[in-house]
Amino acid sequence: MSGLLHVAGLRKSYGDKVVLADIDLDVAAGDVVCLIGSSGSGKSTLLRCLNLLEEVDDGVIEFQGREISDPRVDQREVRSRMGMVFQAYNLFPHLTVLDNITLAPRKVHGVGRREAKARALELLEQFGLADKAQAHPDQLSGGQQQRVALVRALATGPSLLLLDEITAALDPELVGDVLASVRELAAEGTTMVLATHEMAFARDVATRVCFLHDGRILEQGTPAEIFTAPREERTRQFLSRVLHPGHEASEGSGA
Amino acid sequence: MTDWQPSAREQERRQVRRGLHRRSLTLASAATVVVFGLLALGTVSSPGWPSVQELFFNADHAREALPSIWEAFWINVKLFMIAEPLILILGLAVALARQARTPVLTPVRLLAVFYTDLFRGVPTILLVVLFAFGMPALQLQGVPNSLFFWALVALVISYGAYVAEVFRAGIESIHPSQLASAETLGLSRAQAMRYVVVPQAVRRVVPPLLNDFVSLQKDTALVSTVGIFDAAFAARDYANYNFNYTSLVVVAVFFIALTIPLARLTDRLQRRLVERERAGAR
Repeated sequence: MSGLLHVAGLRKSYGDKVVLADIDLDVAAGDVVCLIGSSGSGKSTLLRCLNLLEEVDDGVIEFQGREISDPRVDQREVRSRMGMVFQAYNLFPHLTVLDNITLAPRKVHGVGRREAKARALELLEQFGLADKAQAHPDQLSGGQQQRVALVRALATGPSLLLLDEITAALDPELVGDVLASVRELAAEGTTMVLATHEMAFARDVATRVCFLHDGRILEQGTPAEIFTAPREERTRQFLSRVLHPGHEASEGSGA
Repeated sequence: MTDWQPSAREQERRQVRRGLHRRSLTLASAATVVVFGLLALGTVSSPGWPSVQELFFNADHAREALPSIWEAFWINVKLFMIAEPLILILGLAVALARQARTPVLTPVRLLAVFYTDLFRGVPTILLVVLFAFGMPALQLQGVPNSLFFWALVALVISYGAYVAEVFRAGIESIHPSQLASAETLGLSRAQAMRYVVVPQAVRRVVPPLLNDFVSLQKDTALVSTVGIFDAAFAARDYANYNFNYTSLVVVAVFFIALTIPLARLTDRLQRRLVERERAGAR
């Protein structure tokens, strides 16, 4: 109960198709939990359930000591304490970068315009985007857009950040910038749960790695445990597939 | 492992959800009853209600006016059934003409701009009168000279200008990257329009198009200004003769009855398209 987020027996299905089953997950403040697994293994759905974008079919999600999977809970209030970043950035194209970032602080958290702007500029500065404040999202590169999306999620000072494959839609050379930003956040002690295909990154940054297969957390442990000595055969297969694409290819990191 | 039974917590949660659902249903029904009840009460209890009821909502007059309105209504139906496809074709053609980038098509483009500017600016009622009375006077050979024909042409030309603008807005709302990716596949600009841009644009503009068509269905009543015996004319005829306006209410009901099914049908089609294209992406 001391943790920030506690998930027990989570289940989610669409009709007959069970997408998540028996998910148990504990996240303490300062943790960086990486969800890995092939496409369709349920990583994104799990993140969406945590953010209450999906109604769960069973199980309990507790966040900061309160059950948030209860239907009577105020979803907006819960979300105001979490941040989420999507694969496709989902910035608002009709607003400038600055307005994208200050929208929630001003309208949801009641921060004054000047204060919200100052905070946004500070964050933009930190992420190397200070000169883009007045630009519109479509004028930015994918990597820049994704970093703006990160800033937007951070601007409300969330206690937990959910990142859903945020580098999956980016060019390899842009991936580095975004991952560097996330790394920086991790170093600052930001609590994060992220779905990722970047194994080298997960190994580096994660305090814990969860391997999902067919909607279940098949194995979880420290990066060292998962990447060097996986217990499950499935995990081993998955890792060899993503770390050595093209079968027995060169050493070094995959993708 | 496979046969899962909802936990006690989940059972309880379902009960809470059902309760919340019941509560919102009750609230919705109560709010509806109260609001509509008050509206009805306000109308019926107004001092002039009895005479209004006699003058506008008289069942005997309604029954008596019905046959002639029903018969004349066919004119309105015929008008928009013929006009709507023509307007779609004209509107799309004009919108595409405005998008043309080939140098030799410049006059066509200018003509399209001129057309929309001109006919969107003139009140439809004036167009109907000008066309129905003016065109036959030209004594053109090989075209019908009936009032009906020229009133129809006026409606098509007027609404074609509106619909062209709707199509143009739709075409311009499609992101340029779509055109670019079509062109990189080697499609000509015309092909890119035909197979990529226009299909997406049309989907996007269905609601405003429907809006224009509902408006057209009502505006078919404008042909009564040139003496065509449509439903509106028949109703006014009855009202003038009997000093009772119930016939106008009857014809209004006819027009409403005509537009509602169209609106529901379009909603359904639109929803189906959206569901198919956005399956799973939220």
